[in-house]
Amino acid sequence: MDEEQVPGRHRADGRRDDNPSVVPGWLRAFGRFWWDFLIGDTPELFVGAVAVIGVLAMICLRPGLRTFAAFLAPVLVAGVLTASLYRAARRRAS
Amino acid sequence: MVIAAATPTGSLVLVTAVFLASAVEMVEALTIVLAVGVTRGWKSAFEGVAVALLALAGLVVLFGPALVHYVPLSVLRLVVGGLLLVFGLQWLRKAVLRAAGLKAKHDEDAIFAEQVAELSEAPPASGRDATAFSVAFKGVFLEGLEVVVIVITLGTTSHRLGPAAAAAAAAAVVVLIVGLIVHRQLSGVPENAMKMGVGLMLVSFGTFWAAEGVHVNWPGTDLAIPVLVAFYGCIAWLLVASLRHHAAEVPTGLAASGDHLHG
Repeated sequence: MDEEQVPGRHRADGRRDDNPSVVPGWLRAFGRFWWDFLIGDTPELFVGAVAVIGVLAMICLRPGLRTFAAFLAPVLVAGVLTASLYRAARRRAS
Repeated sequence: MVIAAATPTGSLVLVTAVFLASAVEMVEALTIVLAVGVTRGWKSAFEGVAVALLALAGLVVLFGPALVHYVPLSVLRLVVGGLLLVFGLQWLRKAVLRAAGLKAKHDEDAIFAEQVAELSEAPPASGRDATAFSVAFKGVFLEGLEVVVIVITLGTTSHRLGPAAAAAAAAAVVVLIVGLIVHRQLSGVPENAMKMGVGLMLVSFGTFWAAEGVHVNWPGTDLAIPVLVAFYGCIAWLLVASLRHHAAEVPTGLAASGDHLHG
């Protein structure tokens, strides 16, 4: 981390930073850990997984479709994986 | 509703997933520890490993039972299923890219050489070697955190925290023994194949539990898990074949494009 960006510390020129972050350093580190852990360079996987669960939840509001949702779930997940992989392949090609 | 992994089939898949995930991460940690031990001495390296293992075990003991006792099972399944789904998709994506030749494979020999070179540059220490301790600690703790998340999520949701933790510990022991025997030849471990297997199982468990959390009705209850593993295995095989064809047409390497994934 850049020395001048550390909240509450004296800046390189000797003045105290007047605009320290209200978020403690350990909390930011904790948040950054989970961000990297769950999202990292593949936000589409996180968004895709949340979207799949959301779609399944909507379908399951009708009890008669709950078995159909079991067959749909792996297809949707496979679609998310495929999209992410081809996104990576496209990035490589460009 | 039958709890997933309450039957021998589910338990076997769960224990296998935890064992393989733990083994993969422990191979990566062992590479770092070996580099520390060879260059800086073994005493401080082992101290770093011991403290890291205690800290990881403490996390499992602290958070595992708490999740089981204080979080409703339906909520636990939904949240844990979602976590495992995301986590598993990341592992599977990386394994498919590597198998297709679109991402550089994990080279333990290169990582070992790089660690040795970095550690050799640090000044020698008298008494306890803080560099050796901290590098060994961080290597084991950071690699082990993924294992802890897998043990806690799989173990608590299936009410099999004990077997999940035992599988992780067994993998650590097996990797340690193999590591001591083969010493610096960890590159021979089929790491990508193991990651592919772990990814398939995590995605399968994740799909199963996240869907159960929103009241999906699985035919055959937990027998659906091995079916999901087989389905995702076929999908992964098709994707590897398709992307390998794509890689042959485009000659540049993904490894150099900054496509970073942890784990």
